[in-house]
Amino acid sequence: MSTATQDAAVGTTPRKLKVATVSLAGCFGCHMSFLDIDERILPLLELVEFDRSPITDIKHCGACDIGLIEGGVCNAENVHVLREFRANCKVLIALGACAVNGGLPAQRNHLQIADILQQVYRTGHGLAEGSQIPNDPELPLPLNQVHPVHEVVKIDYFLPGCPPSGDAIWVFLTQLIEGREPALGHGLLHYD
Amino acid sequence: MSQRGKMAVKSMHDSLRIPGSQEDSVAAAKIATILDRHGRDGTRLVQILREVQDVEGWLSPATLSAIAEGIGWPRAQVESTANFYSFFHTRPLGEYRVLFSDNITDRMLGNQDLMRSLCHKLWLEPGQASEDGLVSVDTTSCTGMCDQGPALLANYRTITRLTPERIDEMAHLIRRRVPVGDWPSDWFHVEDNIRRRDVLLDHGLAPGEALAAALDRGPAGLLGQIERSALRGRGGAGFGSDIKWRSCRDAWGDAHYVICNADEGEPGTFKDRVLLSSYFDMVVDGMCIAGFAIGASKGFIYLRGEYRYLLDRLETRLAQRREAGLLGRNILGRGFTFDIEIHLGAGAYICGEESALIESLEGKPGKPRIRPPFPVTHGYLGQPTTVNNVETLALAALIAVKGGEWFRAIGTPASTGTKLLSVSGDVERPGIYEFPFGVTVAEVLAAAGANDTQAVTTAGAAGSCLAADEFGRHIAFEDVPTGGSIMVFDRSRDMFEVARNFAHFFAHESCGFCTPCRVGTAVNARLLDKLANDHGSPYDLDEMEKMHRLMQGASHCGLGNTATIALRDMLAKFRPAFDRRLHSPDYEPGFDLDAALSQARRMTGRDDPGAHLTDNLSAQAGEHPSEAQP
Repeated sequence: MSTATQDAAVGTTPRKLKVATVSLAGCFGCHMSFLDIDERILPLLELVEFDRSPITDIKHCGACDIGLIEGGVCNAENVHVLREFRANCKVLIALGACAVNGGLPAQRNHLQIADILQQVYRTGHGLAEGSQIPNDPELPLPLNQVHPVHEVVKIDYFLPGCPPSGDAIWVFLTQLIEGREPALGHGLLHYD
Repeated sequence: MSQRGKMAVKSMHDSLRIPGSQEDSVAAAKIATILDRHGRDGTRLVQILREVQDVEGWLSPATLSAIAEGIGWPRAQVESTANFYSFFHTRPLGEYRVLFSDNITDRMLGNQDLMRSLCHKLWLEPGQASEDGLVSVDTTSCTGMCDQGPALLANYRTITRLTPERIDEMAHLIRRRVPVGDWPSDWFHVEDNIRRRDVLLDHGLAPGEALAAALDRGPAGLLGQIERSALRGRGGAGFGSDIKWRSCRDAWGDAHYVICNADEGEPGTFKDRVLLSSYFDMVVDGMCIAGFAIGASKGFIYLRGEYRYLLDRLETRLAQRREAGLLGRNILGRGFTFDIEIHLGAGAYICGEESALIESLEGKPGKPRIRPPFPVTHGYLGQPTTVNNVETLALAALIAVKGGEWFRAIGTPASTGTKLLSVSGDVERPGIYEFPFGVTVAEVLAAAGANDTQAVTTAGAAGSCLAADEFGRHIAFEDVPTGGSIMVFDRSRDMFEVARNFAHFFAHESCGFCTPCRVGTAVNARLLDKLANDHGSPYDLDEMEKMHRLMQGASHCGLGNTATIALRDMLAKFRPAFDRRLHSPDYEPGFDLDAALSQARRMTGRDDPGAHLTDNLSAQAGEHPSEAQP
């Protein structure tokens, strides 16, 4: 993106947009890729202000314009967080393969979660005598299956990739901030 | 294949072979006989697999290895074909395989209750073989018996007009292990149900008469008559027959081929079945004529697997014609040689697409080829091939006798001649109606005795769905094109269930080659199930619209391009049937979130508020997870 376009974007934005980001059942790889926009984070910060995000360490999100969700939905807490984002964000985006399709964590979907818990905490190798499945109310319960985020809340845009490149995230966000329908062309959206 | 490849295949064979017993060697001998009968020719793999399965009951890994070795193909290629077709099983599914036809017309006649009842009586779940390996019960796509349903296939033999009494008796027969061939013969009776005859069904010609007329005209004269007739393909696409035949004739090749597309898979179509049953000589004459026109000496009839019951009868008739000098060498003593072989399909709708059909004929999975090149230049075995619908060939025979001008006077200027319509659903007289093109939908409905009609699908699951205000439209390529499937729905029917039946049909029949169709058809089926399970939201309807636009442009072949047309029409014209299913105006997940924690609750013994999820989105908005109330 040229400097002129950046300036134009700044010129047409009446106030800083609020952006929240979160990683659910993801690996934070999409967030790392987000940081791959490198020094462009500075002009971005001219346009947006971060609400809840690993960048700010704010624990709950307030009213926001844009929400970015990394990762799928694997447990009850993910559901609550995702719902919080949906309730507060005008535009909600599924960021990366796990949010879009469930991704790697969803590979457990062909197994029964009951069997997995049994194996990991009760019958697996190297467990202490009398080892039990954790049942502290503080711990979120895992869902029977891992779901892509759009199966739990309405998602407005999907940004695929494992992870989507920093350039793809940058182009997608700046288009959205400029009030345009985001469209990633050839090169930013590809299969290899 | 390289020497190393051969050795790898051989060692795999050895490891898969069950230690030799007498039974094994008998089976091996039977397989060898079948392979020899087919000249160990891999292009005949679909026929080989069917015949071996008839003997063995299923296609075991060892059987597939033996076949691969026999035809000299890599085992993976044999397995890929075996796994592609619905009627081949690579796991044992019982001595008795009962498949209920699951077209919407069968459903309207109560097939679901009958299937549940049979499963109940036999103590089994649909899709699973019984524990004693005796029987399995499942559904299959439309078997072309919509005018005399509900229908099923018992070991691939057609049984029509099912009743609760027949189902009771069938359960007894299966439990007593009575062979299907010994079941009551009237169960297997298939009616023609011809309700209106016009020039084709009242042709009045003797076998071979049309062929003799064609030979008199010579190839050029014949093609001229076909051109003057303006005959267009009856499969639905309406391509000019003269253009197809001329292009094929002019194409260079070692041999030319004629294929009769009798893979009549479009739900609600059964006209080709009647032509094959009762007008077979017209079809064969038409094939010979096509062969004469394009310079072919070999033809294939690709008969859908669901019409297996016709095979022996048709083979016999072909043999009789050979004896009578109407097929084979030196036909009618005029020096023209043309012979026909029947290939049986194995339950794949996609094989109605001509290039998929050719792939199947070559022993491969029925996946459409990239076109161009078209079959007229690169078809069967890469040679010039003309693929014509059964009805088109029969009409060509009629034109050979009566002439192009005579034919052109019937129908409309852009759609000449008559069209066979298979009418089923909510009508008093379901069956075959031959009408000149240009007839209105209302006239067809009146002839068939339709009352209080809500909707008509005019090209099976893959075409338009008309509402009552459109019944004045004309059946013709230029207005309402059709391959012949007319399904009628009265006002008591839920059009949502029609749409859902079609969506599941396409999800099952997509060949899986291209992503838009493979995924799109599955997404649509899942969305409609979501609505059916009371989880629907307006977003789901929007998603189906989006899927329609995407699949229209991006699919590889006609299946994906047409799979959403009826759904789109129904969404537009029968919206209340869908809106009724919407659970809320907001987004709605497709599953029960609280139930999705069931296993974890059971394993941890927890039942505290945090161990539950409500379906109320606003209750949790902005709250901390641990504060969420059940």
